[in-house]
Amino acid sequence: MPILAPIGRVFLGFLAMTGRLCQFAGASVSHCVRPPFFPRLVTHQMIEIGYYSLPVVGLTAIFTGMVLALQSYTGFSRFNAESAIAAVVVLSVTRELGPVLAGLMVAGRIGAAMAAEIGTMRVTEQIDALTALSTNPQKYLVAPRILAGIMMLPLLVLVADIIGVFGGFLIGVYKLDFNAVNYLKLTFEFLEPLDVISGLVKAAMFGFIITVMGCYHGYHSDGGAQGVGKATTNAVVSSSVLILAFNYLITALFFGV
Amino acid sequence: MADTPKIKLTNVHKAFGANQVLRGVNLEVGAGESVVVIGGSGTGKSVMLKCILGLLEPDAGSIQIDGQEVVGMSAGDREALMHKFGMLFQGAALFDSLSVIDNVAFGLLRAGKVPRDEAYRIADQKLRQVGLGPDVGKLWPSELSGGMKKRVGLARAIATEPEIIFFDEPTTGLDPIMGDVINDLIVECTRDLGASALSITHDMASARKIAHRIAMLYKGEIIWAGPVAEVDRSGNDYVEQFIHGRAEGPIQMELKA
Repeated sequence: MPILAPIGRVFLGFLAMTGRLCQFAGASVSHCVRPPFFPRLVTHQMIEIGYYSLPVVGLTAIFTGMVLALQSYTGFSRFNAESAIAAVVVLSVTRELGPVLAGLMVAGRIGAAMAAEIGTMRVTEQIDALTALSTNPQKYLVAPRILAGIMMLPLLVLVADIIGVFGGFLIGVYKLDFNAVNYLKLTFEFLEPLDVISGLVKAAMFGFIITVMGCYHGYHSDGGAQGVGKATTNAVVSSSVLILAFNYLITALFFGV
Repeated sequence: MADTPKIKLTNVHKAFGANQVLRGVNLEVGAGESVVVIGGSGTGKSVMLKCILGLLEPDAGSIQIDGQEVVGMSAGDREALMHKFGMLFQGAALFDSLSVIDNVAFGLLRAGKVPRDEAYRIADQKLRQVGLGPDVGKLWPSELSGGMKKRVGLARAIATEPEIIFFDEPTTGLDPIMGDVINDLIVECTRDLGASALSITHDMASARKIAHRIAMLYKGEIIWAGPVAEVDRSGNDYVEQFIHGRAEGPIQMELKA
């Protein structure tokens, strides 16, 4: 069957890659919880992932909140339901848009940078040099990045939630002439702790996905500059797709009927 | 009882798919001895070195370090064993994210046997030993010339006073004078440490200078080995062709169309 053979090859290749990825993720997680630890490297990565991503995540969040308020006004004003705007903004931002957009922005910024940095270390033999200096590269390079990703993404998303709601508030109050106190009252009236918690759980998962995919593709890059470029692209594309898939799974888990 | 060799390879095989790279390599390096493996590109020199370092697992055969079998060794035992090794990589493989002094002190700090201040004092001393002043320690690897990188790489390799040092193409990419300076430093450093050295190169001037014994690797097998003084009267056509760099002879360059 000449048609089935290539399909089978692609499927087997996919299974093999999934297996390698799971093995890599498992080994990296075990390095996260076994000493020695590298607190300095974890702190450095936390600053890199958290602090330096704040501007891009903040900008994304404020414009998203503003657009949400504007669009929902366009829709809801048709049947006099303007009072639902605050609830739509806060629920959309905390449950979905905050974590997903922050995750995608960080995947573009940090996932790409990790794949490029570790990929360059691979092709310039720096990873082999770590091994030669009695240092496990996965423990030294990958584990601190994963720990930092899991810790910083929820904090970034919390900031994105606040800024996103603030964006909606700005439009609601200064463009749509809502009363400021009334808008805030409506915002908090509909907000449940689970809305925020589900977003933060998603964020921690996205932090794990972004760092594992960035490190995995960088770690296994080959073929010089072209290989590093390919690793960077693969890291961003695969982590973006996984973020969207896991977003659905976690939503179904928390709010599925 | 005869002295146990520091490194002993017996019938080592390694293939990548259908490409059989090592076809039964046998080699011994005695205590305090410097062995240089010569051979053209693609003959398996780097693969052999990576098998000894544990970066690649041989398909068959035995590799012993100080009489201890290392093929199939656990990751923990391997990490402990690596403390015996130092390695100078072809492109020096300095860590871009660390300053020169941190690169040299890396192995000492990771081993944790000396306090931090002492590690930096030793690193400073090793830099001086390879002819670099204290100001160089503050620089970043990207600010160094090729020759300086090799010197720093050498300082890093000898910083932990290893029992066995590996040199991967130590003079490649350097001008003849700088190449000779590096050769002198290699001879001096290994002699001072009393270390065994295993080098791979295709630079005959370098091989003659740093070797006690030369072995020639061709198509994945050691086809000749003997003292450096005998390399010019080896009686082996392959060795003759290689050391004189002739295009005509039994070694034919395989050009892929």
